[in-house]
Amino acid sequence: MPTYEQIFEKVQATLVDALGVDEEEVTSNATLQGDLGAESIDFLDIVFRLERNFGIKIPRGELFPENLTADPEWIADGKLTTKGVDELKSRLPFADISKIEEDPSVDKIGDLYTVDMLVQYVQSKLSTS
Amino acid sequence: MRWIWIDKFLEFRSGEFARAIKNLTLAEEHLHDHFPGYPVMPASLIIEGLAQTGGILVGEAGGFAEKVVLAKIPRAEFFGVACAGDQLVYEVTLTDLRSEGAVVEAKAFLNGELLADAEIVFAHLDNSRANQIFGPKNFVFTQQLLGVLDLAKAQARAREAGGHPEPANGAAEGGGEANGQPREPQTVA
Repeated sequence: MPTYEQIFEKVQATLVDALGVDEEEVTSNATLQGDLGAESIDFLDIVFRLERNFGIKIPRGELFPENLTADPEWIADGKLTTKGVDELKSRLPFADISKIEEDPSVDKIGDLYTVDMLVQYVQSKLSTS
Repeated sequence: MRWIWIDKFLEFRSGEFARAIKNLTLAEEHLHDHFPGYPVMPASLIIEGLAQTGGILVGEAGGFAEKVVLAKIPRAEFFGVACAGDQLVYEVTLTDLRSEGAVVEAKAFLNGELLADAEIVFAHLDNSRANQIFGPKNFVFTQQLLGVLDLAKAQARAREAGGHPEPANGAAEGGGEANGQPREPQTVA
């Protein structure tokens, strides 16, 4: 079972290829969209590359959930409701939800996708495979 | 002008590989503009031809049930130019396919030499959303574009009927390695 650091290095290389960023930019705390400039279509590319590079299977919506704001009970006045935050916690188990608990604005959801989240996700996949 | 940037399939292995050709001719308007006195195929249109070859390969793998759109070109390298009178050979290998989309490795060859090498990511459009915007018609796989594949199938059937049977689907790949050399049409599903 590879260490966190070994997985991080491979995730880093994956993101360098997928997003055309420099290795130094891909820090553990970097957000995929805000810091690394990922667009929605890049998420699909990242999923393909992680599957290939780590030999894992990533079911649709497991790493990057879809329709996170679809239910009107999850959102009110541009902010996540308690129910919405709970939904995020269950669907993004490796994201640092504490930030969004401080500021539950919908436009902050994108900041939950970090390099660290990817590494932890891969780590859990490798440990169960 | 019709937006069809491949002329013919030489080989088509469902869900795996496709080889198509593109003949460049001075009858094409764009060659006169790109560039005046020096007619070379724009790299963007070579990418489009590779994407059409790959898009049909991806679409056919799913029975054309999905609307397949070019989503991203993570990498594209060009090693030369093709001029009027040249014939490009496009070879595309399907490397990944899942419900959200697909990835292909795509190469263009000129006289057996590698001219372009690219990776192309396709996305499957969300059908419910796409239908809201575009209607139920599959605007990606138009009859004109699919006609290229239909023609190859018809030609394969005609050859079989003429006493020159082609190998069965999936059995003719031997030597299907990328080499860019136009060959006798092989497997057209």
